[in-house]
Amino acid sequence: MLNIKCPNCGYRDESEFSCGGEAHIIRPGYEVQLSDKDWAEYLFMRYNPKGNFTERWFHAHGCRKWFNIVRNTITNEIYEVYSAGSLPKSTEGRSAYKSNWRRHSQAEIKALKK
Amino acid sequence: MKDKIKQKYSIFSLAKNSLSYHLNWKKAWRTPEPKKSYDVIIIGGGGHGLATAYYLASVHGLKNIAVLEKNWLGGGNTGRNTTIIRSNYLWDESASIYEHALKLWETLSTELNFNVMFSQRGVLTISHSEHELKEMSRRVHAIRLNGIDSEILSPEEIKKFIPIINTDQSIRYPIMGGFLQKRGGTARHDAVAWGYARAADNLGVDIIQNCEVTGIIRDQNKVKGVDTTKGYISTKKLGIVVAGHSSVLGEMAGLRLPIQSRPLQALVSEPIKPILDTVIMSNAVHMYISQSDKGEMVLGAGVDKYNSYAQKGSFPVPQHMIAAAVELFPVLSRLRMLRHWGGIVDTCPDASPIISKTDIDGLFFNCGWGTGGFKATPGSGHVFADLIANDNPNKISAPYTLDRFNTGYLIDEHGAAGVAH
Repeated sequence: MLNIKCPNCGYRDESEFSCGGEAHIIRPGYEVQLSDKDWAEYLFMRYNPKGNFTERWFHAHGCRKWFNIVRNTITNEIYEVYSAGSLPKSTEGRSAYKSNWRRHSQAEIKALKK
Repeated sequence: MKDKIKQKYSIFSLAKNSLSYHLNWKKAWRTPEPKKSYDVIIIGGGGHGLATAYYLASVHGLKNIAVLEKNWLGGGNTGRNTTIIRSNYLWDESASIYEHALKLWETLSTELNFNVMFSQRGVLTISHSEHELKEMSRRVHAIRLNGIDSEILSPEEIKKFIPIINTDQSIRYPIMGGFLQKRGGTARHDAVAWGYARAADNLGVDIIQNCEVTGIIRDQNKVKGVDTTKGYISTKKLGIVVAGHSSVLGEMAGLRLPIQSRPLQALVSEPIKPILDTVIMSNAVHMYISQSDKGEMVLGAGVDKYNSYAQKGSFPVPQHMIAAAVELFPVLSRLRMLRHWGGIVDTCPDASPIISKTDIDGLFFNCGWGTGGFKATPGSGHVFADLIANDNPNKISAPYTLDRFNTGYLIDEHGAAGVAH
């Protein structure tokens, strides 16, 4: 069982949380023109690394707040817990954020330009 | 094909070998060193990969094939599932591929000359609410329209079919009914990998174990070969069938996939005398159970909620499946757990597989089977071999392209059957 440190409630068992999957996926606004393939990247394609991963968790049976963590998908070690909407600060978190292919996806690049 | 088998397994060969205390059996397959080049390389020596290689050789007559496996044959999800086989899926596309597989299962032991212990003991899916029962009846009619056997059972009929089940209406989630596929059942998972390996090896396929692929080499938009722990091997066509590691291989090829790797846990109890001669699944309380030929009760449930490559999961999942099993089968309450494990499954957003060409010439993917790949093993290998040999999907595999996520033509089995597999 993962023991996750909620930013508001402290360490709690995994069963109090639900996992929201990959963090930092930016929804392109309606004004962004995208091909079907780029839309599919936003909607369906997921970064699924064997190693460090930035992901969203929700304290469903607690404070009901969303937050992000940096977790290793082989060892389950959690390197960092940080608030939703901010970027990771740890070395592991920064490299996990940067090595995600989504940083080169048209959906994200165009969404950030607007 | 049969006359090429070096050592045919039969009651006579068994009797003959018993005279020499079973010390003179030949190895079921060779352990070759990789050649410099192959026409087709399959990455992944599980059931699906070995089946693909076997059908490439047997149906399509290809000669120069290798299967690369990073560990040992069937050591991944093939050896980690709960061995349930059925074809009672809602959508036509799913019915077509899973029924194709089920038909191949029915003759597989004879075809491979290897007893895969396929046992059509029936798969019963139970419902615990009025709404679920109505949904189930809709599913049964859809399934029957596709020519697949399926029938609704009342709680009384269920009790008669499975005497040890608890149909008491006072429990938290009482049984309201269920539907049965009599042709469904189980098979011996290791035997499937071994049977395909032996038959493929017999047709000249090189099965190379302990050989991990570390890179995929391309020339512009065409596959050239793979870097492995046993050196570089060149190939014209590359089929990737690696389940939980699909995204890792996808990244090597520069492909983006809709796959998320999740742990799927299962467990077995200590062996007991036969008490359950069928397979029971419940989507609502989320548990499936059968009894192995060794007498162990085999239990499984849903995936863990987070991505992982750790081949183990979190405690709440087995706790939940045991709670459900004990309420439905109070007789199991004092059994002890013998083994517990996890496998890494490649879940897809629509709970349907991807059997597809890619933007890269000569690169093919077979993945996304998620929690229910074992039942499809022969069908998956059969249609994937067809796709690789002809460079074009056949009627069965055509809907399962990677492109369906661009066009929106999803095969959404989540609501229909995406849970218990």
